[in-house]
Amino acid sequence: MIDVALRDLSKWLAATPLSHTIQTHGWIIPALQTIHILSVAVVFSSAVLVDLRILGLLQRDAPLTQVARRFIPLIWPVLVILLLTGSLLIVGEPKRSLLNTTFYFKMTLLAVALVLTAGLQWSLAAAPNFWNSGSGQLAGKCAAAVSILVWCGIIFAGRFIAYTQMG
Amino acid sequence: MMHALSDLIAYVEGSALADNIRENDFLFPVIESIHVLTICLVVGSILAVDLRLLGLASTDRPLSRITRGILPLTWCAFLFAVASGSLLFISNATKYLGNGFFIAKMLLIGAAGLNMAIFHFIGAKDLPRWESDARLPLPARLAGGASIALWIAVVACGRWIGFTMPVG
Repeated sequence: MIDVALRDLSKWLAATPLSHTIQTHGWIIPALQTIHILSVAVVFSSAVLVDLRILGLLQRDAPLTQVARRFIPLIWPVLVILLLTGSLLIVGEPKRSLLNTTFYFKMTLLAVALVLTAGLQWSLAAAPNFWNSGSGQLAGKCAAAVSILVWCGIIFAGRFIAYTQMG
Repeated sequence: MMHALSDLIAYVEGSALADNIRENDFLFPVIESIHVLTICLVVGSILAVDLRLLGLASTDRPLSRITRGILPLTWCAFLFAVASGSLLFISNATKYLGNGFFIAKMLLIGAAGLNMAIFHFIGAKDLPRWESDARLPLPARLAGGASIALWIAVVACGRWIGFTMPVG
């Protein structure tokens, strides 16, 4: 049922003028992928730098609230570029992602990563002292480790989309 | 000299390791994923330093604190990017060497290293005098701008290799 709908959607998208333009100009897809990867670099590095601060591995001379304030706000506008370039890549080659389980796995991991990021940003604003308490530190370290792993999973899944597409 | 080099390339390309990477359907994408992941960390973390050099971010923090807090991640990721990149390279060495975007990428990485070395040894000689200023001297700003441009070009070339070099 969903399969059929996604196949129809893919067919419809592939027939749009925008998709046709992307397909017939060979430079557009690598250019979009380049912007997409550069944006991943910004978002991923920002998240990892904050996570490494939570884990006490880098930037210990600056308080967590300050490190988080420097890096997390950058994630949201760059995420918009990611969604935009990602959407254009789907319009250009709809079947490659929409009919590919790896793509949905990547989107699920992305949702988890964003919830963790938003949760951290929110909690640092609402209860900054929580992160200095014993249980807060432990919870923070677990969340930071999970965050790094999930972001790594997103990048692996992103690369594997190219290897798991149907036909 | 050239002869010895081509012998060496033929040797690594014919090695069991290169053969495994080439033939195993799983190994190549895994190494490629590690390469993308570590390049993202290199580029993203260097960008944080470059934006400070340009006076566009973290202007309330002295430069040496930024570099001490961030560059360990950059170097660690760079090490893994070189290791994973070398494994991808030996699997199809001859084809990579014949690809213009691969050659360009190597030259651009060299240029980024040179840019950093020049700034480190010449531009940053009197660093303690100005490193806490929000607006840094022109050599520092130039080094930051050049670094951003070079790393963007490195990523673009990397992506274009995949579209101009049929692997298999």
